[in-house]
Amino acid sequence: MTPTHESLQLWPAAVSATASETDLLILAFTVLTLLLTVPVFVAITYFAVRYREGSEADRSPSGIRSNLIEISWMLIPFLLTLIFFVWGAKLFIQSRNPPPDAMVVEAIGRQWMWKFQHPTGQSEINNLHLPIGQPIRMRIISQDVIHALYLPAVRLQVAALPDRYTDLWFKADKVGTYHLYCSEYCGTDHSVMGGEVTFMNPGDYQDWLTHAGAQQGKVAAGRALYEAYGCAGCHDPGSAVKAPSLAGLYGSQVKLADGRTVTADDGWLREKILNPNGDRLAAGYKQVMPSFAGRIPADELGTLIDFLRAYPTAKAADATPAGATR
Amino acid sequence: MSASGSIGGTARREPHTPDSTIGRKPDYLHAESTLRSWFLATDHKRIAILYLASITGFFVIGALAAGVVRLALIVPDGAIMTNDTYNKAFTIHGVVMVWFFLIPSIPATFGNFLIPLMIGARDLAFPKLNLTSWYIFMTGALFTLVAVVLGGVDTGWTFYAPLSTAFSNTWVLPALIGVTIVGFSSILTGLNFVVTIHTMRAPGMTWFKLPIFVWTHYATSLIFLLATPVITTALILLIAERGFHIGVFDPAYGGDPVLFQHLFWFYSHPAVYIMVLPGMGVISEIVPAFAQKKLFGYRFVAYASIGLASVTFFVWGHHMFINGQSDLASLVFSALSFAVAVPSAVKVYNWTATIHKGSLRLDTPMLYAMGYIGLFVLGGLTGLYLATLAINQHIHATYFVVAHFHYIMVGGTVLAFLGGLHFWWPKFTGRMYSEPWGRVSALLIFIGFNVTFFPQFILGYLGMPRRYATYPPEFQLLNVLSSAGATILAAGYLFPMLYLVYSLWFGRKAPANPWNAKGLEWETSSPPPTHNFLSPPEVPRIPYDYPIQAQEARDQHG
Repeated sequence: MTPTHESLQLWPAAVSATASETDLLILAFTVLTLLLTVPVFVAITYFAVRYREGSEADRSPSGIRSNLIEISWMLIPFLLTLIFFVWGAKLFIQSRNPPPDAMVVEAIGRQWMWKFQHPTGQSEINNLHLPIGQPIRMRIISQDVIHALYLPAVRLQVAALPDRYTDLWFKADKVGTYHLYCSEYCGTDHSVMGGEVTFMNPGDYQDWLTHAGAQQGKVAAGRALYEAYGCAGCHDPGSAVKAPSLAGLYGSQVKLADGRTVTADDGWLREKILNPNGDRLAAGYKQVMPSFAGRIPADELGTLIDFLRAYPTAKAADATPAGATR
Repeated sequence: MSASGSIGGTARREPHTPDSTIGRKPDYLHAESTLRSWFLATDHKRIAILYLASITGFFVIGALAAGVVRLALIVPDGAIMTNDTYNKAFTIHGVVMVWFFLIPSIPATFGNFLIPLMIGARDLAFPKLNLTSWYIFMTGALFTLVAVVLGGVDTGWTFYAPLSTAFSNTWVLPALIGVTIVGFSSILTGLNFVVTIHTMRAPGMTWFKLPIFVWTHYATSLIFLLATPVITTALILLIAERGFHIGVFDPAYGGDPVLFQHLFWFYSHPAVYIMVLPGMGVISEIVPAFAQKKLFGYRFVAYASIGLASVTFFVWGHHMFINGQSDLASLVFSALSFAVAVPSAVKVYNWTATIHKGSLRLDTPMLYAMGYIGLFVLGGLTGLYLATLAINQHIHATYFVVAHFHYIMVGGTVLAFLGGLHFWWPKFTGRMYSEPWGRVSALLIFIGFNVTFFPQFILGYLGMPRRYATYPPEFQLLNVLSSAGATILAAGYLFPMLYLVYSLWFGRKAPANPWNAKGLEWETSSPPPTHNFLSPPEVPRIPYDYPIQAQEARDQHG
């Protein structure tokens, strides 16, 4: 399942009790807003017509005691809106206190991807699979700048800070696939830092966990890394930056700027990723790629190279593996 | 106008001035015409014109950046420009519009020009300091423009650490230095206004005879003085961390990134009222003039200005409900934020009550004022949605926020700025603008604004995060609508620039008081003489002494 791609959607999907209550709260607040604003708009329009210059309207003082009317329009809207403070605060407190039996899922944000780890150890990048009917507590941290994990389907978000854990809990009760975003601006690829959250029946979730290794495979995981680190932004066909296509690159002979030829093997690819400004520059390209030294951990670098090895032709590259969305 | 004016004409200058015109001093615009007389001017009116010209330039830059943003968002996949270009465009838009247009907009231009006139003074208390403020402003602007020309900044106008201090590879330092410098300009302007309002009021001009415009500027000046030093400190700390790796905010150096947000919003929330309060002052002048009726609830409106300026210092945490602040702090900040509704409601209902039983003329300034009231009400109430904790958890950092603050800042401040510009244009320039063009533009701006920003409330609730160069395809329709609205808005902004400039040479000569308005600024000629009043102005018995008085006037003064 993928999120609905209808051209005009007027209400976001709600998959938890908290989400539905938040919707009710905002609808009720909208009713109050209309009660407070429509009279003002109608009055201004009506007065503008009735009391236009030269009209015969009665302009004798109305005799209303101004202090009384001032106090009433200060306090009545204020007290009415306070209802919503209390309502919103109650819901907030509830959403800030996870039940003790909540399942803890780790979320690590970094420029520009989310890494999630399930209690049983399986991990995934940018996409998240979770069971319904089970309270989930996301334990969130960032490895670099401030990010924020935002799941509109449960109407919740919280910052991922580099120096402390934050958390977010919810209990989904509807299966489906929904957006998962980074909602705190975090630099270049902020808008592609995210994917989808899939809520599944507990049985399906167990199956998913069991098969996570097979489904995810190193190649798919590498593809996700390729997207997440922004490689695709320049190296995919049709991108704005003129960068060499990586399809079929692995194992081929690459002509270098200084005339030499090199085999695109593990070692050369590793060097090109970590130190693209080195002397073994491919011919015909300007050196514009940033260095990823210190940004890609060794294990992920291996996964990325495994992906490049399994990336034979440009045609195959277009077949995005399931789950790797942009 | 005087007989000598019609006989001799102001354009013809004789080397030996005949006796008959000796008594008639030239107005401030024509007193001297050298470049030096402008760039070393100490006359508050000339400095106001310097500011007006500069901020109009920044408005154009900011608007062009907004155009780039809206262009990018026509397609969901970011095909029109790279993510970096988009990020730089919205950063430039935010930095320029907030610090180089909105904050100085009304205070530094209208405030500078009008406060001395409204209180019956010859100038501000410190004319040379006033000129210094403009030079500081331009110096800060220069640094920021250098940052833009060199390649731009991509941190967002909020400069959150550690993105701004350790991770961004753009020209953050010059931008930070520019914004830091501009703060000093605000502080000095605020200081000048406070001292002027306290010490330079004409005899008989007591506090409760001051126009609300002066009250709101007094309140704004207090915010300038009390809040700006905090952002200056915070920005200097950012510069120290980025430039010299002195750890304050970056955890890598033992700092705390949330601390920056506290310091930033401690200023930047009150800064919203730096933008909003002067606009309320403008509206409080326009509405009574075009209703020919005393402002309803004068004292309440005056107190509400001070009330807003006070409450605004206690609500900064509502920008940080989801940012790792303690839940207790969030509860307190949420509750306090609802209190802002009280003084805001006072303003809106009193303007509406002023129109009631007035004698209304719907000229351009009044159209802007009415548009302002409508948009400010929507912007204010959607602020309460955001202050509601549970709702905030969903719509924080989405387009709902973008829509909300544009309703306040464009629907509020920009409409008030344009309303005020048309209202006092005859006073500033001595010329009348084209009324039909004025009305058409006001209407275009109102329509264009709503088409641009109303869809963003929906986008936000649907869950589209802000500052996104690419977005899911289901949001495209509303984004295209928003971009279409932006083109209407752009046309609405372009027309006044043309017909107002045209009026400088070809506009009808303005009488001293074209609107039949009350207030000392209308007692002197248009444009005013260098020292504002040829004879000491007579302070009226009550403020807003319009033909139609409400019951309240009789209660208080009868």
